[in-house]
Amino acid sequence: MLDTDKAQNPRVVFALIIINKAGGLIYQRDFHEGLTKLSVNDYLILAGTFHGIHAITARLMPRPLAPPPPQKPTGIEVLESDAFRLQCFQTLTGTKFLLFTEPHQTNADVVLRRVYELYADYVMKNPFYQSEMPIRCEAFDRHLGSYVKSRQ
Amino acid sequence: MASTKAARIGEEVWKTRVDKVNAELVTLTYGTIVAQLCKDYDSDYVEVNKQLDKMGYNIGMRLIEDFLAKSNTGRCANFRETAEMISKVGFKIFLNITPTVTNWTSDNKQFSLIFEENPLVDFVELPDDGRAQDELWYSSILCGILRGALEMVQIQIEAHFISDVLRGNDSTEMRVSLIRYIDDEMPADDE
Repeated sequence: MLDTDKAQNPRVVFALIIINKAGGLIYQRDFHEGLTKLSVNDYLILAGTFHGIHAITARLMPRPLAPPPPQKPTGIEVLESDAFRLQCFQTLTGTKFLLFTEPHQTNADVVLRRVYELYADYVMKNPFYQSEMPIRCEAFDRHLGSYVKSRQ
Repeated sequence: MASTKAARIGEEVWKTRVDKVNAELVTLTYGTIVAQLCKDYDSDYVEVNKQLDKMGYNIGMRLIEDFLAKSNTGRCANFRETAEMISKVGFKIFLNITPTVTNWTSDNKQFSLIFEENPLVDFVELPDDGRAQDELWYSSILCGILRGALEMVQIQIEAHFISDVLRGNDSTEMRVSLIRYIDDEMPADDE
C-alpha cells in the first residue's frame, strides 16, 4: 500500500537551505533535478529577503486579540507556486530551515523536524563547527543525503 | 500542571530518543577535566570555577539545539515553566536526574535547583589544601550550560552554586536568576 501511495504522490524534496539568525545563508543543497539552479548570489538574496519578510510577517496578526495567543505568531510558514512548495521551520534559537518540495508534497514538517535533529547532531555537536558560520560538515551531508533519499 | 507535562515529556524523550553512555565514563571524564584545570591554574579555584563555567556556556549553546530537536516543545510561557523544563526535561534527558525546583522569590525571577543526586560528583573528594572546600564549586560547568542554553532562546540568566555536599553542606543547591528576556519581541508578561 505504501508503494502505491508513493507512486501516486511522489515525494520529491528539491532542495534545503538553512539561514542563520542574522539572515545569512549557511547551507544550501539540491537533492533533485526538478528545480532550476540559482546562482550563489541569488541564493544569498533569497535567504536575506526571506529572513526579512519572515520577521515582518511575525508581527502581523488580527488586531482585536482576545484572548491573547499562547504562543507569539510564527511569521510566514509556507510559500507556494505552480512549481514548488517552500516550507519554513524556524527553531526557537532563530535558525531557519527552508525546504523546497514538489507542490503536493505532504509532511514537509516531519522532514524538517528530522533535518533539525540531524543538524543538532552532526553540525552543532561537531566541536569544530563555529556557530552561525557556513556548514561544512561531511557527516551532516552524508546523513542528510541518505535520509532524504530514503523518503523519495 | 506545567510540571506534570514537563515530567511526561522528559520521561518520554529519555526512554525513546536518547543514546545512553556509561555514567562512570562521564564522571571520570569530568573529574579529569576539573583536576587538570586545578593543575593548570595552580589551584586558583576562583579561576577554575570561571573556566568550568565558560566551558559549560559553550556546551549549552550547542546542546540547546539537541534539546529542542528531541523534546519538540514550543516556547515557555513564563519563567516558572522554563524552570520546570530545565529540571524535568533538560536534566532528565542529559543526566537522568530531576533536580527539585524550589525557593522561588515572590517576583518569580529567581529559583533554586536542589540536586539530590549529581552524577558528576560520584567518587569525588575535594583536595584538603584548606582552600578547595571554600573556593571550588566543582560542578560549575552546569551553571554555564544553563546560561549558554537559555541565552540561545533569548533568556538571559545568571546561575551559581550556593551550597555543595562536596563542601560538607547538607545539600547541593544552584541559584538561577532571570536577568531579562533578550529579544524585545518577547512576551512582556513574564510572570
